[in-house]
Amino acid sequence: MSIRKSRNYFSPEYMSQQKGKDMGYGLHPLDDYLRKDRIPHIWCPGCGLGVVLSSFLRALENTGIPMEKTAVVSGIGCTGRVAGYLNIDSFHLTHGRAIPFATGLKIGNPHMMTTVFSGDGDLFAIGGNHFIHAARRNVDFNVICVNNFNFGMTGGQSGPTTPTEATTTTTPFGGFEHPFNLPGVAAGSGAVYVARWTTYHVEALINSLEEALNKKGFCFIEVLAPCPTGYGRRTGQKTGKDTMKYYRDNSRIEHGADPTKVSLDGGEIVVGKFVDRDAPTYQERRGEIFQAIRDKMGVK
Amino acid sequence: MKPGTYFMDGNTACAEAAIAVGCTFFASYPITPATEILERMALRFPEIHGSYLQMEDELASIAAIMGASWAGRKAMTSTSGPGFSLMMENYGFALMTETPCVIVNVMRGGPSTGLPTMVAQGDVMQTRWGTHGDVGVVVYCPASPQEMFDLTVEAFNTAEKYRLPVVLLSDAMVAHMTEKVVIPSKEELTVVDRKKPTTSPDDYLPYCPDEDLVPPMACAGEGFGIHVTGLTHDERGYPSVDEETQTYLVTRLINKIRKNSHDILRYEEYRTEDADVIVVAYGSVSRSAREAVDMAREEGMKVGMLRPVTIWPFPEDRIGELAINGLKAFLVAEINFGQMVYEVQRCTEGHCPTYLSPRMGGSIHTPEELVERLYGIYHHEGEEGAP
Ligand SMILES: Cc1ncc(C[n+]2csc(CCOP(=O)(O)OP(=O)(O)O)c2C)c(N)n1
Ligand code: SF4
Ligand SMILES: [Mg+2]
Repeated sequence: MSIRKSRNYFSPEYMSQQKGKDMGYGLHPLDDYLRKDRIPHIWCPGCGLGVVLSSFLRALENTGIPMEKTAVVSGIGCTGRVAGYLNIDSFHLTHGRAIPFATGLKIGNPHMMTTVFSGDGDLFAIGGNHFIHAARRNVDFNVICVNNFNFGMTGGQSGPTTPTEATTTTTPFGGFEHPFNLPGVAAGSGAVYVARWTTYHVEALINSLEEALNKKGFCFIEVLAPCPTGYGRRTGQKTGKDTMKYYRDNSRIEHGADPTKVSLDGGEIVVGKFVDRDAPTYQERRGEIFQAIRDKMGVK
Repeated sequence: MKPGTYFMDGNTACAEAAIAVGCTFFASYPITPATEILERMALRFPEIHGSYLQMEDELASIAAIMGASWAGRKAMTSTSGPGFSLMMENYGFALMTETPCVIVNVMRGGPSTGLPTMVAQGDVMQTRWGTHGDVGVVVYCPASPQEMFDLTVEAFNTAEKYRLPVVLLSDAMVAHMTEKVVIPSKEELTVVDRKKPTTSPDDYLPYCPDEDLVPPMACAGEGFGIHVTGLTHDERGYPSVDEETQTYLVTRLINKIRKNSHDILRYEEYRTEDADVIVVAYGSVSRSAREAVDMAREEGMKVGMLRPVTIWPFPEDRIGELAINGLKAFLVAEINFGQMVYEVQRCTEGHCPTYLSPRMGGSIHTPEELVERLYGIYHHEGEEGAP
């Protein structure tokens, strides 16, 4: 522990010393997917982000999609740091702008299997407008939202998913705003695949991610994850384990549940796959119309 | 479009130039007086296999063209002041991550919603300093529909060559006027494409520059496993939040423009050889200034015009040179309360006075009023209380 605190793992000197060396963490089956020279990561002990990331990588591996055809786009936040640890084409955008960037990337190169990986604040506060419009367009990419009910990176402020009464650094006397019900927002905006899991439901999460990766169109997966540092310690869940227990004791799996009726207001957590439907993607619709115009004009 | 001579408005010429130079991705949000660019793209993109998107706002437009640029496309967006203000954060991201793209800002009267349909030149300093942090930028200022075409081509070429977002800073007058526009043939058109890496993915350092300070660019899907971040990053593209990396990176980004400004800088001089007073004007105002110079010459005044075509980088050496060599004065005519005038003043280093002919927006200076102003300066400069 003491070494961790005193050494600057991100200094150029340290990194150049470590280049090509076995970092002493042993080999992990998913190591190839990570930029090993960027490990250790910045996330806190007990944070749920590692679970979501490894679930994503497992799902990716299961799909067999080649790494060079995979891109991840993140915004700003603790979750936004995911992009920087992946050994694939990865983009760490400005706060809230991962989705429109991914829209350009995916439409610019339709062969890239593109996933947006970001936090609740990034995707639904500053980036909320982009989310609903990308879902409406049904652009073919996936959005994974790690919902830790707060702005972790900036030190535990309340955000658009914070339960009303929770105490945070910006709601020291409890809040008074209603949180978003993310699956409801996604489904109402046109997402073709909508699911919610927690970091307690790892196997189901991996399956769901794999389904989303293989599915055409705008797919949305919300993953509830502990943030002991920013959120848990002010809301009675001091460790990541406390939050995991809370997920275990309060979750109910209900596939096909009405996504408008799965609000999280501090009580039961309904998890499962809520929407899985087929609809022509933005690219398909546009391709068809543009082709018809070209045919009419007699151009190739 | 087929090469040839057309009667065309500035916005259409801009859209056609983008298509001619290989732009296949366009994302924008409607706003007067730039909307015709978007409408033209919507009409023309099916036949060129382009991707055109009307985004939900300008924050999204600029993010989308950056995404497309990293997908290997030449990409452009168009807007006016209110939208340009919204783009400032990602203008900085594109500069920091060296993302080639073109942003067209057709200026209208501001601040705020201002005069949506009328001309102004209030965004000069915003293009230079509008994003946070210290940056080097390239901004072109067209003065005619023909230049809307030519400088759009040049903006793309500069963006690709030096890997940065380039701004085409037009104004409502130039964008909406209809004039003769010559569209060159493919052979006559210069098209520059970004440098690609020549090393293997294992040896590739995405932010290691060549001698020209520009790093070769690998895009998504090319097998290089790139990482792109707006955080201060080292040559691997990895975040490295320390002073040393910051100094190295920001210095290079600024020097990339400064050390190549001999290649980027463009300005036009009109009848300046023997001039005693020089009008500095750009965009639509330069059209009045040109006329004013001719009229003043007829009245026996030796005056000329210097027109920055790139306003950033600014023709600072040339202005300094003119100031030292016995010029009586500069007169800067711009549709704002004085923005470029401070640059001119700085470059003269006190060797000659700099006057301002301001205008608040809504119309351009008339040649007559400029001649009147020139008359005062020409005949009374140096006298007490003049001009
Ligand atoms: C334009 C802008 N505003 C504010 C910030 C500061 N900021 C950084 S991260 C963040 C919140 C992130 O919250 P979330 O997306 O939930 O990510 P988490 O850290 O919880 O994973 C904020 C407000 C910023 N970087 N940029
Ligand atoms: S602040 Fe919260 S979200 Fe961020 S790393 Fe720590 S535990 Fe994870
Ligand atoms: Mg969060």
